[in-house]
Order: sequence, then C-alpha cells, then structure tokens
Amino acid sequence: MSEKKIMLGNEAIARGAWEAGVKVSAAYPGTPSTEISENVALYDEIYAEWSPNEKVATEVAIGASMSGVRSMVSMKHVGVNVASDPLYTVAYIGVNGGLVMVAADDPGMYSSQNEQDTRCVARAAQVPVIEPADSSEAKEFVKFAYDISEKYDTPVIVRTTTRLAHSQGIVELCDRDNREDRPYVKDIKKNVMMPGNAKLRHIVVEDRMKALAADGYDFPINKVEYNDTSIGFITSGIPYQYVKEAMPNASVLKLGMVHPLPKKLIEEFASKVDKLYIFEELEPVIEEQVKSWGIKCVGKEIFTLQGEYSATLLKKALLGQQPDVKEAADVPARPPILCPGCPHRSVYTVLKKLKIHAAGDIGCYTLGAVPPLSVVETSVCMGSSISTLHGMEKAKGKDYVKDWVAVIGDSTFLHTGINSLMNMVYNKGVGTVLILDNSTTAMTGHQDHAATGKTLKGETTYMINIYNLCKSLGIEHVYEVSSFDLEGLENAVKEETKREEVSVIICKAPCVLLKGNVFKTKCEPVPEKCKKCGACLRPGCPAITKNEDGTISIDDTMCNGCGLCKGLCKFDAIKEVEA
Amino acid sequence: MQTKNIMIVGVGGQGTLLTSRILGGIAIEGGYDVKLSEVHGMAQRGGSVVTFVRYGETVAEPIVEEGQADVLIAFERLEALRYIHFLKKDGVLIVNDQKIEPITVVTGMAQYPEGIIEKLEEEHKVLKVDAMTEAKKLGNSKVFNIIVLGLAAAHMDFTKEQWIKVVENTVPKKTIEINTKAFELGWEIGKK
Repeated sequence: MSEKKIMLGNEAIARGAWEAGVKVSAAYPGTPSTEISENVALYDEIYAEWSPNEKVATEVAIGASMSGVRSMVSMKHVGVNVASDPLYTVAYIGVNGGLVMVAADDPGMYSSQNEQDTRCVARAAQVPVIEPADSSEAKEFVKFAYDISEKYDTPVIVRTTTRLAHSQGIVELCDRDNREDRPYVKDIKKNVMMPGNAKLRHIVVEDRMKALAADGYDFPINKVEYNDTSIGFITSGIPYQYVKEAMPNASVLKLGMVHPLPKKLIEEFASKVDKLYIFEELEPVIEEQVKSWGIKCVGKEIFTLQGEYSATLLKKALLGQQPDVKEAADVPARPPILCPGCPHRSVYTVLKKLKIHAAGDIGCYTLGAVPPLSVVETSVCMGSSISTLHGMEKAKGKDYVKDWVAVIGDSTFLHTGINSLMNMVYNKGVGTVLILDNSTTAMTGHQDHAATGKTLKGETTYMINIYNLCKSLGIEHVYEVSSFDLEGLENAVKEETKREEVSVIICKAPCVLLKGNVFKTKCEPVPEKCKKCGACLRPGCPAITKNEDGTISIDDTMCNGCGLCKGLCKFDAIKEVEA
Repeated sequence: MQTKNIMIVGVGGQGTLLTSRILGGIAIEGGYDVKLSEVHGMAQRGGSVVTFVRYGETVAEPIVEEGQADVLIAFERLEALRYIHFLKKDGVLIVNDQKIEPITVVTGMAQYPEGIIEKLEEEHKVLKVDAMTEAKKLGNSKVFNIIVLGLAAAHMDFTKEQWIKVVENTVPKKTIEINTKAFELGWEIGKK
C-alpha cells in the first residue's frame, strides 16, 4: 500500500505539482495561497522562487513553459488582478510545457480586501478552471490540470478557496512523473502576440474552449452521483462537501471543471432530477450559464452571494430548518491587532501624536486603522498608498498633504510601491513616504523578498538596498530611522512633511515574530512612581492592562520588551528587566 | 461510528494550530478519516481563532457547526463563552482558566465579563485548568496548550500511549521532552 499522509490543501497542491513533474514554480505570498510555494520549495527537483509580484511570477512560469518544462504560479485572488495582463495573453499563446496558475479565493474575507471570484476572471480570459473539493482531490486535480494544459495547449487555473487551502485531509502519495522536457520549437506566429498573429490565435482559443466543453462530458473530475432524483444539485469544490453533509441522499453533479462547463453532462443531469439547485459560493457563474441554456434551476434566489457556505446554510435556505442551538453570547469582540512589540505600533504612536493622516497599504500595518491608533485612513490594494497620496496632492495642492504621509511595508514597496514612487518623482509630486521596513513579508507568515538577502529556497542572495533604490530614483531626502526611536522619528516626520518635495523615511526594525529576533529585556511597571496618566496605554499594546486603581499591569508572557511604553512614560514608572 | 467534532478556540498566537495537528494525528493513528480546518493570515494577529477537527468513517464537511461540537477546547475564558453555542448539549468543555483582555476591553470600549466559567458550568460539563501556572511550574510557559490538550485527551477515545506517540511525532524534535511532560500532566489532571 502506498503511503498516506494528512496534508493541508496547499501542501497537497505542492505535492501534486511535484508528482506531475513540475520543475519551476514562482509566486508572491498571499493568504490563503502562501503555503503552496513554501511546500514546493521543499522539493529538490523544483526550482521555486518568491517573485516581487504576481505579474512577474506569472511571466516566469510562462517562460519556463515556453522552454518546455511544466511550471506553476500561485497567488491569492487579488494577485490574479496583478497577473491578469500576462494571463489574458498567454491564453492566446498557449503552452509548451504544462502551465498551471493556482488562484486562491477568499469567501468570507478571512484575510482579504474583497471577495472577488476568480471564475469570472477565467471566463473573461478564456482559461479553463479546475476546482478540487478536498486535499486528496487537490493533489490529483493538479496533475489532471497539467495533462489538459498540454493536451489542449492552454494555461489552466486551479481555483481553491480559503476553506480548501487551509483544511487538512488524508492524501495518498504517488511517485513523481520524471518526464522529459518538451523540445523548444521556434514558433513566432504562436509566441509573439502582435495583431496579425493574435487574430489567428483568437480563433484557436475559441475552438479550444468549445473542445474542452464537449470533452468535459468524459472528464473523470466531473462526477455524477444519482441517488434520490427528486432533488439534484450542481456544485463544485468545498460546497460539494456541504451538500454531502446536509443532503446525503440527494443526487449530485459535482463539477471538477467549472469553466468551460460540460453542457451535455449538465443537460443530461438536469433532465433526470425533478428539482435542480445550483450551490456555488460567491458569483452565480454556473447558474447564469445553465439558466441561459433554458434549464430551470434555483440558485442565488435562495443562496447568498456573500461569504462562506456551510451545511447549515444549505438546510436553512432549502428546508427552512433552524438548527436547535442557542444564540451566541454577547461578548466583547476580539479583532486582530498589532502584536506586542510590533515596530509599526511605535511609528503609528508618533503619527498619532503629530495628528498625521496616513494613506495606507496592504500588510500587518493596515491594522493601524484599528482603534486606539486609527491612524491609517485609506487602504485599497498592494502599492496604492503612495499613488493615492500623490493623487490627493495633485487634486488639492501641496499644502493639503502637509499633514499626510503614505505608509507602506518593505515587501509591498517592492511589489508595486516602487512604481508609484517613480511616478511621484516624475510628475513633480510633493509628499512624505514612510517605508515600514520590518525585513520580511510579515502578514502572510514571514516570507523573504528581494531586500532580505534570502531566497525562497533558503539560499543567501544579493540584498536589494531600499535606501539606495530610493536614492537611485533621484530623491534627495531619504532617511533611515529606527522604528523605536520616538524622538528621531518625530523630528523626521515633522521636518519632511514641511518639505515641498518627495521624501522617504525608512522606518527600520525587524518584525517581532521574526525568528532570531529576541529582545533581551521585558518591561515591568513601577507602581509607586505611576501617576496614572495613561500615556503608556495610548498605543494599545495588548500586553498592558489598566488596574482598577489606575496603575497598570504588564503581562510578562506577552511583553516582547520593545520599550515603547517605557519611552512614553515621563515618570520612570516602567522599567526594563532581563527577560 | 458517528463523526466526532472537536473545536479548538483561542487567541492568535496561543498555538491552536499545533494542537489541532496533534488531534489530526491521533485520528489517523486510530485509523479514521479526518479533516481539519484552520485559520491563517490576518485573523491570527491576536484575534479570535478557531480550528476544527472532525474524524470518523468518512468525513465530508471540514468545519464544525453550531450545536455540533463533542469537545470544545478553549485556551482562554472569553473565547470559551464566545463559542459555547457550538457545543452539543452533552458535549464537554475543556477550558484554560486564563484571561486575555481583547483590545476592545483594553481601550475601555467593552467590559470583560465576570464569572464566565461558573456560568458555563451551570449548563455544561466543564473541565478547567490553570495551564499557564502549571506550565510555568514545568519551566516553559509555552507548553500550556499541550497541558490543556492532555486534559481533553483524557476524555477522548484513544490510549495514552497512542497520544504520546503522536505528540512525539508532531512537536519540534528539541521540544519532545517538555511537551511529553506537559501532556502527561494534563492527562493526570483529566483523569482525577
């Protein structure tokens, strides 16, 4: 018997890539996709990298495919937006070695800024989509995706959701397919997408999608389960599990390929069940197509467009069953916050004191929007802080941005922030940019990037110097300050926001959770000196709580000894002790 | 066997992931199908976190829903109260008797409820332990979660030897000794 292992959905995808003989993998980290690359990197046979953004990663995978090897690129759903430029055109070019893009959607927005549905992008880009429903399928479907990628000469999207990516299930391990590389063949008409060539390729794309839709009838990943035929469900991915849990006796058409849809299979299934339901999270992608074919079915009339589904949601919507459970207790919320000892808290404390507004970005530091800090006032997408600040300045004039800064993390700056900074310089912008450099991609769980000096494979590499990079754009005023140097930071922000130029302040201190970053001290209150002024409480450090008498306690298991509270106390009522 | 539903709730950073992995391992050790569901990313940053473990003959849904948990393991009192409606009427709550104030309480926007455990004891079978104090006695406050797990394990289906084997296979190699000690301590408290 072959070996069985319990695996995270993302780990199973990585295993599937390895078993499929993949040789190149590229990605930018993003919850819930990050662990795919982290696991791919563990296989010696696969070259794996963190690219600075999803567009670059996709192009790396395209190049690998063109050269004749199987390649993979993985990202979260909003990363697909960044990657969509190469995606839409590689759909025309097709592949040499199999090319798979793993796109991880986030219904319920556990760690995202929107709830977009990758299937909509795939339909627009004319790329087939495969959707597994558990870890075991995740591995097998990835292998199937490579087979159809090469057979139909197309990139293939494997779509996951947070629930699949971050659930574990049992997976049966297989051997690696050590296939020969396909030879590179010079084919300018296929690989150079200029109008004359692209016009011909567009015809190929339409034919290919028709062929896939027809052949989908026999694909083993599309599965029909006839039971009680009075109710039938068309579903895919994780929602399939909810159907099985809630209505184990219903008939089910489980689609492994959700684009293009296997029309004949769907028509056949619809004709055999009395009442047909489409059960799909987020957009009515399957439903609208099925309805357009004149098939009667029920979907978003009773199932929500928002959030994650569940078996209970299905029972409530379909059977009107209210589960016999108590109401949830009314308890204080516990939203995510910056960690104790987080360098961002120190920076935000200074900005708050100076009554500065911050145009924010995507990362842990977005949490600067949460009380009691509430300093971050905008956040759109990766790299947007700098360009939105620039837009404000151009709209309202340079005086308007004198109490504004842009805040962006090191990894996000290298992702797309650098483009925005170039734009500020080029278009004579005025404004202060704070690069919160904590030496890692923190929110997604500490991934390396081009300025950390380490590759995804753990090898030492050239470390891009963010200071020199900013200088090279022609910005005269670039400064590096420790994130915990309250006075230095305050002076720098005051000085630079006055300036009618572009300034960059790099706030440096490693993420407190970064391996090897151990503070040697902890903070301890000195109650007899405490004047109960509350200055130490203002930054909202979770390790500090107020006692009934107005003095404070510091939880020694939570305190990381950053010294921010000590620095804010004017009465020496907090001291540093050995950790 | 009917599918067993276990839920682990706590505050981001308390080690719910490690604990759920040990629970996944024990289910496999027992020859069951198993699914686990976890929370990564932003929610982990000091927020309220939930992980689900389900095992049985075959498991479809990877999450535990309201009113379905056989065992609710809570690493913090307020989190026990937040998720108590997930526990079956005859389910058991294992709670670490520790208070971690959420930011909403620290900033004075909300009050931390008093007498949580006493209230929960009125309606449910509750086993509590001050695992942080016990862990400090063992010399490593980080293993408090394994003490809580040991306590829960004492009320589940597997033998102590099976559990120890899985703990040894799951925790980092350097920490096997302290984690095994922590597990055994929790187990003893649970068997009392």
